[in-house]
Amino acid sequence: MFDRLFEKDVAISGIGQSEVGRPSSLSAMKLTLDATLEAIADAGLTRDDIDGVACWPGDNNNGDAFSPVGPNALISTLGLKVNWFGGGYEGPGPLAGLINGAMAIATGLCKHVLVFRTITEASRRQTDKTASALSNKTVGRDNSFFWQWYTPFNVLSGVNLMAMYAQRHFHDYGTRPEQLAQIAMTCRANAALNPKAVYRAPMGLDDYMASRMISTPLRMLDCDVHCDASTAIVLSRIDAARGGPNAPIRLEAIGAALHQPWSWDQIDLTAMVTGEVARMMWSRTDLKPSDLGSAQLYDGFSILTIIWLEALGFCPVGEGGDFIEGGRNIARDGLIPINTNGGQLSGGRTHGLGYVHEACNQLWGRAGERQLKPHHASVVAAGGGPLGGSILLVRE
Amino acid sequence: MARKLPALNPDNIAFWQGGETGSLNIHHCSGCRRYFHPPAPICPHCLSQNVAPRPVSGRGKVISYTINHQRWQATLEVPYVVAIVELKEQTGLRLVSNIVGMPADEVRIDLPVKVTFSQIEDVWLPFFEKEA
Ligand SMILES: [Zn+2]
Repeated sequence: MFDRLFEKDVAISGIGQSEVGRPSSLSAMKLTLDATLEAIADAGLTRDDIDGVACWPGDNNNGDAFSPVGPNALISTLGLKVNWFGGGYEGPGPLAGLINGAMAIATGLCKHVLVFRTITEASRRQTDKTASALSNKTVGRDNSFFWQWYTPFNVLSGVNLMAMYAQRHFHDYGTRPEQLAQIAMTCRANAALNPKAVYRAPMGLDDYMASRMISTPLRMLDCDVHCDASTAIVLSRIDAARGGPNAPIRLEAIGAALHQPWSWDQIDLTAMVTGEVARMMWSRTDLKPSDLGSAQLYDGFSILTIIWLEALGFCPVGEGGDFIEGGRNIARDGLIPINTNGGQLSGGRTHGLGYVHEACNQLWGRAGERQLKPHHASVVAAGGGPLGGSILLVRE
Repeated sequence: MARKLPALNPDNIAFWQGGETGSLNIHHCSGCRRYFHPPAPICPHCLSQNVAPRPVSGRGKVISYTINHQRWQATLEVPYVVAIVELKEQTGLRLVSNIVGMPADEVRIDLPVKVTFSQIEDVWLPFFEKEA
């Protein structure tokens, strides 16, 4: 179908991450600098080597805590001289910055692209609990082409939409709360081994079942935990990455497809966009799910992790509940260990790039106490609803 | 609390004000004789621009729902039911709404529902209630 797979020209050469605070006392820019300077140094590069910057979702000229720092601010602050830069919400989910950055390298625009994602929702919510409400995306009447179909009905949080996917998954496939609980419990068990994770105290099934209902069938422990953090990834042209201090982690295959309306109610309610994303990704590689040693799968809401497990082929579609029952298959020593840093549910809602950071740490054997057995291939997938992307990573 | 209301424009006004005459108006394409939602000046199926709002029966079924318990804003009354309703006119013709007039915990997938309007300012919100 494609005669050139651009992503194979691109590799991750370095990673960085700030503290993960709830809240952090550091400014959004300081968090961003901590992450990006660490990533540049980790790649064995200097500021002057960076010739591109990418960010999802960028700063929409409003300093919103969802993404307070975008490429413009970072370029100015770091004194970067770039050939290309870009940010913006409208892309295939939280991995869009990486996908855009990889395209910039593969097309010859850039050699080293700095990709980053900063979020300060924890400190923002200290003063305004409604800061993240969907109704605050617009001022006054809702003139958004899509959100106007939701906010008048008090769909005020993404959880309302994800809850309806979960309800339909429960209805169609018999998925049960005790099964869903395994996502939150697995993340919490993994977080215990991650010093940066927000919540590390043990969590059992009783704790999960006692967690208060937010939007049926999703409980508080099905929702990720707000934090202040920044994560950065340096993408390099593959030949340049091979000269660096780290074994290049190639972008083996990318999934970024959207074959349905960009909509939360007109799409497949139990797969969302994950089906076409995963099909695209697997069509661009010879690897199979059984070749992977870990998977870092979006858990902004726990149901999404089940849906990604199904879409990516770790189990048949509809059997995600059975697959994770008891938690063994997705545990550190299971068939496919997931979210080994605690995910967003317990590690913190770093929102997208945190999964990539953890995948690289595992592939490079740098994960410390939570290091899995050595492996060379991993998958990251992020998003929900019409937002979705996945990347297969292979360490050379 | 005050609900967020939509900004009206030439494409969506028939939907948001149809309730004034008791009518749920959904965009229909004369090219392929299919409905589509949300409304737009072109049919996403066949790209015909020969499209216009058309009254539908207002009847359908719940294809998914959630009972929201979280008080996202101080004056928000909870719990309330958000649902995706599929209209009987066409498989896949869906919209998000609230299910009203019945206990939240009795809402089910496949529940037959019919539209009921609630006016706020110049907008008639199409809610749904259990079909008798
Ligand atoms: Zn048509």
